[in-house]
Amino acid sequence: MLAVVFYALAAATVALALLVILARNPVHSVLFLVLVFFGISAMYLLILDASFVGVVNIIVYAGAIMVLFLYVIMLMNLNQAAEPRHPRWYAWAVGGAAALLLLVLASTANLLLQRQGTPEAAPADIGTARTLGKILYTDYILPFEVASVLFLVAIIGAVVLGRKDAPPAEEETLTQNS
Amino acid sequence: MAPIFQEIPISHFILLSCTLFCIGVFGVLFRRNAIVIFMSVELMLNSVNLLLVAFSAYHNDPAGQIFVFFVMAVAAAEVAVGLAIITLIYRRMRTVDIAQLRALRN
Repeated sequence: MLAVVFYALAAATVALALLVILARNPVHSVLFLVLVFFGISAMYLLILDASFVGVVNIIVYAGAIMVLFLYVIMLMNLNQAAEPRHPRWYAWAVGGAAALLLLVLASTANLLLQRQGTPEAAPADIGTARTLGKILYTDYILPFEVASVLFLVAIIGAVVLGRKDAPPAEEETLTQNS
Repeated sequence: MAPIFQEIPISHFILLSCTLFCIGVFGVLFRRNAIVIFMSVELMLNSVNLLLVAFSAYHNDPAGQIFVFFVMAVAAAEVAVGLAIITLIYRRMRTVDIAQLRALRN
């Protein structure tokens, strides 16, 4: 039963991911990408028993990040298909390269998988907020704090970049003062 | 190993994740709109997350899911700064078509 759900979700996710790439209107791309993220979150929740990661994926990716994308697209007024296309030979070349990469990646991963044996069956209860929280705040406390510093840097960077014509104004004042 | 992997072999998760990753690579190489290229990068990050969670369940090791959190944190920071840069480029050049952004050439 779960296998059917998995293969249906996988097929839907791959089809939607292709639509993200092939949609000519950037707004459609964003909406398809939200659906891809929902598909991946459903896989976390239903199949892999990773409830906390699944919920966080919906909140962070499908919620926050995609709203940011949509906001920027609307801000730039890009919501029409105005993008010129590459020539047809280029599309085939890039598609062939991507297919080749898929072949290499999948075969290498399966080769590596065959080298190591299958792990033993054990009761799986690792995806809950309780387990993950315990580990995150004990074993991984240093990376957690470093991530907060990273966020601080990102906030400052975004604010500095988003300031209205900041770099030229600064240069002008510098040259005027000197 | 969670019981689900007796029904669905782990190699199918690998195949799905690699397919999503390669679709992302195709998008980065094929599209010319900087924002859509950015979205393809997000797709690639998500495919890696999927494989991390799958192997975390396969090996009964929560460390994989912890790593997914850090990937998400880095992705969120990257999106904030990256979109700010794209907005800045658009303000200067009035376009986000990467074929027209030749200011660094020569």
